[in-house]
Amino acid sequence: MNKKIIATTSLAGCFGCHMSILDIDERILDLIELVEFDKSPIDDIKKFTQPVDIGIIEGGCCNSENTQILKYFRENCKILVSLGECAIMGGLPAMRNGIPIQECLNEAYLDGPTVQENHEHIIPNDEELPLLLDKVYPCHEVVKIDYFLPGCPPRADLIWNALYALITENPMEMPYEVVKFD
Amino acid sequence: MEGPINKIKISLDGKTIFAPKGSTIVEAARENGIYIPTLCHFEGTDPKACCRICTVKINNRLMTSCTTPIAEGMEIESNSAELNDLRKSIVELLFVSGNHFCPTCEKSGNCELQALAYRFKMLVPRFPYSFPRKEVDASSPKIIKEQNRCIACKRCIKTIRDEKGRHYFAYKNRGQHLEVVLDPVLGAAMPDDLARKAMENCPVGSILYKEKGFDEPIGTRKYDKQPIGSEIENQS
Amino acid sequence: MTIKQEINQNAFGNDKNRLMDILLSINETQGYISRKNMLDLSQKLGISMAQVQETVSFYHFFSSKPRGKYNIYLDNSITAVMNGRAEVKEAFEQCCETSFGNVSRDGLFGLFNTSCIGMNDQEPAAIINNKIFTHLTPYRVKHLVEDMRAGKTTDELMYENFGDGNNADPDVKSMVSNHIRKKSIILKKDYIPFTFLTTKLKEYTPGDIVAEIEASNLRGRGGAGFPTGMKWRFGRRTEGKHRVIICNADEGEPGTFKDRVLLTEYADLVFEGMVVAAYATGSDIGLLYLRYEYRYLLKFLNRKLTEMRKNHFLGQNIGGVQGFNFDIRIQSGAGAYVCGEESALIESLEGKRGEPRDKPPFPVEKGYLGYPTIVNNVETLATAVKILHHGAEWYAGFGTKDSLGTKLLSISGDCRFPGIYEVEWGTTIREIIAMSGAENVQAIQVGGPSGMMIGMKDAGNMDNSELMKWYKPSGMMIAEKFFDRKLSYSDLPTGGSIIIFNNHRDLLGEVVMNFMDFFIEESCGSCSTCRNMPIIMKNKLRKILDGHGIRKDIYDLLNWGKVLKASRCGLGQTAGNPVLSSIFHFRHLYEQRIQSLTQFDSGFNLDEATKETKKYVHRKPVFHHFKTSETWKDQ
Repeated sequence: MNKKIIATTSLAGCFGCHMSILDIDERILDLIELVEFDKSPIDDIKKFTQPVDIGIIEGGCCNSENTQILKYFRENCKILVSLGECAIMGGLPAMRNGIPIQECLNEAYLDGPTVQENHEHIIPNDEELPLLLDKVYPCHEVVKIDYFLPGCPPRADLIWNALYALITENPMEMPYEVVKFD
Repeated sequence: MEGPINKIKISLDGKTIFAPKGSTIVEAARENGIYIPTLCHFEGTDPKACCRICTVKINNRLMTSCTTPIAEGMEIESNSAELNDLRKSIVELLFVSGNHFCPTCEKSGNCELQALAYRFKMLVPRFPYSFPRKEVDASSPKIIKEQNRCIACKRCIKTIRDEKGRHYFAYKNRGQHLEVVLDPVLGAAMPDDLARKAMENCPVGSILYKEKGFDEPIGTRKYDKQPIGSEIENQS
Repeated sequence: MTIKQEINQNAFGNDKNRLMDILLSINETQGYISRKNMLDLSQKLGISMAQVQETVSFYHFFSSKPRGKYNIYLDNSITAVMNGRAEVKEAFEQCCETSFGNVSRDGLFGLFNTSCIGMNDQEPAAIINNKIFTHLTPYRVKHLVEDMRAGKTTDELMYENFGDGNNADPDVKSMVSNHIRKKSIILKKDYIPFTFLTTKLKEYTPGDIVAEIEASNLRGRGGAGFPTGMKWRFGRRTEGKHRVIICNADEGEPGTFKDRVLLTEYADLVFEGMVVAAYATGSDIGLLYLRYEYRYLLKFLNRKLTEMRKNHFLGQNIGGVQGFNFDIRIQSGAGAYVCGEESALIESLEGKRGEPRDKPPFPVEKGYLGYPTIVNNVETLATAVKILHHGAEWYAGFGTKDSLGTKLLSISGDCRFPGIYEVEWGTTIREIIAMSGAENVQAIQVGGPSGMMIGMKDAGNMDNSELMKWYKPSGMMIAEKFFDRKLSYSDLPTGGSIIIFNNHRDLLGEVVMNFMDFFIEESCGSCSTCRNMPIIMKNKLRKILDGHGIRKDIYDLLNWGKVLKASRCGLGQTAGNPVLSSIFHFRHLYEQRIQSLTQFDSGFNLDEATKETKKYVHRKPVFHHFKTSETWKDQ
């Protein structure tokens, strides 16, 4: 059997979901027999080198770069999976949704209780910096997403079951305890 | 089939069951070890079918089973693919119309809305998220009213009252602007036991007793291992 | 008298069931209901302030913030939109120097949108401090505002003639016109009011009256069509310390205005109907729930009641029947469409927010203050008197086999002669078009926004039988192919609202959107379904209209709309109908707008999503790490 090609990325996420991938423990040895990782922070490949079977997205879209990478994934992956609460519904970053951008920036860089020594009242604005979106978007409200694995982070067993099912093209097992939103 | 005395016969999903006259469909089902999902319903108070999750079909009409009393020979359809999808979509509707950030919520694991989502295997709501802007009212010394999580189920309105029958909580506005607010006068002098009761009765994390945070580890909470309703289904 | 004094010595005996009246009085004298008022009231009535606020914040015409000296409530029903509402709105905003939803800086003007005020035959119309102004134009607005700036009273603002008939009565003095275009057995002035009461009532037992009404097969004329005789019989058989007759004059279905005309010209008939119904059911309490928008008739109607008391048509031993005691009180609403639903109306009568009750129990078992309560529509009560006077047999000579008698239609929209038409059941849509002088008709809405649309192009494609089971219309929107269909309980049932749209109208962008806004505004919010679903459906339709629609969106709308069927009341159950019925019967309008080859389009637009940030940082996003396509869609 040919190895399936997998790619992963973290958009507006905390890398917790990636940690949970590693949490499958010794099964990672089985996984590596079944798949090859392409673009992913795990192997630090920056650009796609081949067509990908399964793209795994952590995090929602909070800025212009997130949406661009998400689109890049959609165009290069046959299947896209939203992994974790942030990819599915915006997660913690989406708690800013509904608050005007200016208020957010001011709070973060000027007025917030944790702001120290920003005497020149600078809000970073380098041209390389991505632009904030009006709100944090769940990934499937930007591009088409094929599967959703909730959790914060998703349980390692859920990730393993899902990956195993996708790779072997079998129905997925979903015991009650593994599908949780926290 | 002759039934026990003082009980009447109904049919639930084709199964004949007996329950005392005057009970509602939800109660009748429960007595027979059958779970009909409910959310706004709170035992011991008059039902007010706000959430519509307990909807069943009788004579091809949709009725809420928490408010409808049983009648002799009634034929009820509850556990069908159609009705379960309806219930699931109502749960999803409640998720997208509020701001339900489960990972940050004190009630996570003990939340009935979340538990229903688990029971119906909701992975992602089919509807777009609305991310409404809601306020947090922390003016009372005893409780926090977190509007982001409120599902307007009316449980607190019905159960939290003072000795004169005055309501601590009430609806405000209508339609999509509807919210449940705490009375500023009564809320300022809320007795401790009532504040705790308010938090317990809230099905979600919208009423929080102040200075009480997360105190149960993941894995031991109410709905971590067993789906909501299994306590009824496993009783016999 | 100050508000504080008014609260302390109100005429309503500190009865929390009369909260509506107390609030109406404060709202009228002071212009709004302050937090302090609510606090004082809560102490007086023995409820919490939050409970007082619950009622205050529910009704459209109660304000918790100071409003203007002149408050202009501009009707936003679809016929207003079709008759130049946008220009009138703009003129108000310019002349009053504020925008809708706000009060001008000088505190002179408050501008507010409001749902259909029952003037569809004379739009655009507005309520200015309880006075109705119809046929508004930007020109007229300019003069109105000038006069208001000059400090004129609302009476002085009017330089038009009074309307016809009782609209010119000294207690009405209104420019509203009746526009009665066709009279039949109900509207014909061949009956001297109270004749039945004074001459025949004694000969009948209450049971006889119920039997006669049951024999006539009269069904509720508000739209639901429940058999009236049966309702009376049920109400009669329930034991109670009191029984209650309620006349439902909360005519709120957009496009309906027949009750306005009945109350203006046939009030005696309606009241006589209430007395007869009270006799038949053994009721002693009578309530007429008058929608706030018709408050300009309040003084006139109360005068009618006073006259009735003087003539012993109300009070003790009415009609010479020993022990038949009955009186009527008029309760004013405060702006909520849902209060037309009978149990919501009862909640409102009890001083609460107008939230429908779960049924069972039905009002005939447990209604106003727990008493058996019979709620009848204005037209039903008027019709009952005529039936009793002439006999059920006579009545059976009109209409069709399954729908006896006549129906008042409120016809408006694109036609030359909008107004009230009394037609026999069985009248076809084609006849309605002919009698109202309509041309180039694209569609007709029968039954208001909660009704249904039927189109031409999709007619052969009606294989939606499974879905159709979910959508029981209370009326329909009809296109030419179906113009031979008949108004009747078995074919096209209706509460009487008929709105006509010609070929130039944008049915989706203009009409359906307007109807959806109506439901979103008027939902009581209690059911999770009706509170949240209409707005999701509206956004989806918006997406399609904006050119981002795909075929799946149409199926989503059809499937999602099902959820509304689980709502408690008719408003919620039909709140998706504008979209659903237009998909069923004007499918081609949707097909034209969707991208047929696109598999996925979320509608996401990076330009739009970064608009706010770009304003702030003065630059565009740069991408040079990866190459991707320009489009966000998935072909």
